[in-house]
Amino acid sequence: MSQEDRDLSVGPTVPSRQPTRWLDLDAMLTSPSTKVVVCCGSGGVGKTTTAAALAVRAAQRGRRTVVLTIDPARRLAEALGLTTLSNEPKRVGDIDGDRDGVAANSFESTAGELYAMMLDMRRTFDEMVYNHSTPDRAEKIITNPFYQTISSSFSGTQEYMAMEKLGQLTATGKWDLIIVDTPPSRSALDFLDAPQRMSSFLDGKMIRLLSAPARFGGRGLRRLVGVGFGLFAKAVSTILGGQLLADASAFVQAFDTMFGGFQERATATYKLLRSPGTAFIVVAAPEPDALREAAYFVDRLAADSMPLAGLILNRVHPVLADLPAGRARELADLVDQTSAGQLTSAVLRLHADRVDRSGREQRLLARFTNAHPDVSVTKVPAVAGDITDLAGLREIARRLIQPPLAPAEDTRDVLV
Amino acid sequence: MWPKELSRARLHVVTGKGGTGKTTVAAAMALAFAFGGQRTLLIEVEGRQGIAQLFDTSPLPYAETKIAVAAGGGEVRALAVDAEAALLDYLEMFYSLGIAGRTLRRMGAIEFATTLAPGLRDVLLTGKVKECVTRTGPDGRHFYDAVVLDAPPTGRVVRFLDVTKAMADLAKAGPIHRQSEGVIALLHSADTAVHLVTTGEDLPVTETLETVAELGAAELRVGTVIINRANPRRLPAPSVDSAADGRIDRMEVRAGLAAVGARLTDAQLDGLLAETVEHAIRMRAEAAALARLSAEPPDGPAEPLHQLRLPEVADGIELGALYELAKLLTEQGVRTRPVARTIRSAEAGRV
Repeated sequence: MSQEDRDLSVGPTVPSRQPTRWLDLDAMLTSPSTKVVVCCGSGGVGKTTTAAALAVRAAQRGRRTVVLTIDPARRLAEALGLTTLSNEPKRVGDIDGDRDGVAANSFESTAGELYAMMLDMRRTFDEMVYNHSTPDRAEKIITNPFYQTISSSFSGTQEYMAMEKLGQLTATGKWDLIIVDTPPSRSALDFLDAPQRMSSFLDGKMIRLLSAPARFGGRGLRRLVGVGFGLFAKAVSTILGGQLLADASAFVQAFDTMFGGFQERATATYKLLRSPGTAFIVVAAPEPDALREAAYFVDRLAADSMPLAGLILNRVHPVLADLPAGRARELADLVDQTSAGQLTSAVLRLHADRVDRSGREQRLLARFTNAHPDVSVTKVPAVAGDITDLAGLREIARRLIQPPLAPAEDTRDVLV
Repeated sequence: MWPKELSRARLHVVTGKGGTGKTTVAAAMALAFAFGGQRTLLIEVEGRQGIAQLFDTSPLPYAETKIAVAAGGGEVRALAVDAEAALLDYLEMFYSLGIAGRTLRRMGAIEFATTLAPGLRDVLLTGKVKECVTRTGPDGRHFYDAVVLDAPPTGRVVRFLDVTKAMADLAKAGPIHRQSEGVIALLHSADTAVHLVTTGEDLPVTETLETVAELGAAELRVGTVIINRANPRRLPAPSVDSAADGRIDRMEVRAGLAAVGARLTDAQLDGLLAETVEHAIRMRAEAAALARLSAEPPDGPAEPLHQLRLPEVADGIELGALYELAKLLTEQGVRTRPVARTIRSAEAGRV
């Protein structure tokens, strides 16, 4: 067989694909019944960027959209016009691009509106206290040193305030669609658990027990832990110091009157999250940790009867040329023996790297889809470089809504 | 390269932006320290069970567990520290609250106490780390040659390590206060170094530089910056810029292929060139991001950073790959000075 006769496209470049269901984001964003989209997932998977790009797309399709970002990278914030923390939605201009190019046409824009905001955790908390309390009581709460701690560094505050802000935005009735980014928590589950944790923290039972176990303990509880609790309270006050306990106690007392309203709010938001108008999107990257978190999250949403739309798998690297990796490497070795093939050899080797990477990504995704066959998936090809402006977000939006190509056509996928 | 003086440090704190692979790097470092017969401890504090997943073992209990061995009798042990368990330890130790403690835990009282003062959680976790670093065996020598801490990510790590600030939340006396003073002394001494893991992307590099500045302000020593998942640079340097702008000599590639008798369809060639453009854009962005690590102030770090590099692992991280990464670290000088022991057996110390 002569070298010319080599068939270079024999065999699949990539393992045969799992028949995953495609997540049609455009249909979801456009449907008037979709009112709230919550993007969740572990940190570092492009959650905030995805939320912003979805919002851009929804606005392009004519919906009055607001995106609530939690902690956007500086450049993404700038791309959205969010140079200062405002805690109120701000209009984002030019969602369609300069309107003379392809972008405007291909998106069939019907001029919706896009607003963006960055969560100001502290201010949201302050506002909530003022709204649920008398002015002097609110003042008392806000000046308590313990409030400073809980409103700025309690580990669930950011999650709680994100949900509170979502509740507020919904209550205005001004928005066709609200898209929420979730905090970069240690675990994606934190954001579902935080309000509950915070509630049980603020309901005051524990603090009363600790500050005056004899008076408030209640016979049931005291019988349960017996003498241990008194010792525990003593130990805790030794460790934490009496002042902190006194502050905490004063805080909880002042907070007591508004606690009912507070909890009502949390319950209402939780109900909103479970309503059919809400769609959860789990965002992941093709990495073991991110997909493991995604799997936990999918299971948890199901357990809590929260409506899951599907998985967005960011930063995949589709193979663009139908040429097996081994073949490409063989050819590169041959090319290296000729005198002037430096560029050709590089092109072949980087292709082989890409085939390997793509195969790895597909194996990781297959592990997820095998365990969760009913979850729809959209794969988003990686963008080389950072997203620094609206044009970048429009490009992500374009990739988000692109239907998967038939395998035969997969080879001429997205170019940057 | 690894500066020699870092081999004298006994506590190596590893941080990095989420998704940069800090747990993997921490594990590889613990393994590298074990090469040649040392005993090292790898600690995690975030309750993620990342170490167990990495080494593919069942979730770690709150006890030091052997997870890997190295040539020359070296071994890596692992520990997942849990703030609540650490608090129970204290209560048990100082207040004999054994059984009641467990009931309290069920009631959520322990969690309540650790959330009441956010600093308490960090003080408890760093306290346990310090205990491991300073623990001695029956021969009076340190039990571990080195301890590697898989620390919280860059966004939280300085707050985590700045025990001085956390102490402000706590009583000005008592056992935890006393121990914290020891923790502060350890973290700010030459026995401790903080390593930062980054990738060649813009955001991780930005966070790395910000964290380096924060660490400096908190008077915590920066060890090395580990550039993880460094992609192989396939293109010859002079072609990168033009390729990133979409200019690749199609005829040259075609000719190069023809010279070895390979004939590709137009679609195949288009695909290859499109992949090359993406690769070039990524290389250019990576080079620009990494250049900032070596830039002069004010854009770059106040002091030059010691840099290490680790490649992308082709087939996903498993134990074999960890040994490979550890070996690559060793080749870049990563080692710890062994503790001189009279009895060198695993039974020598309390576990």
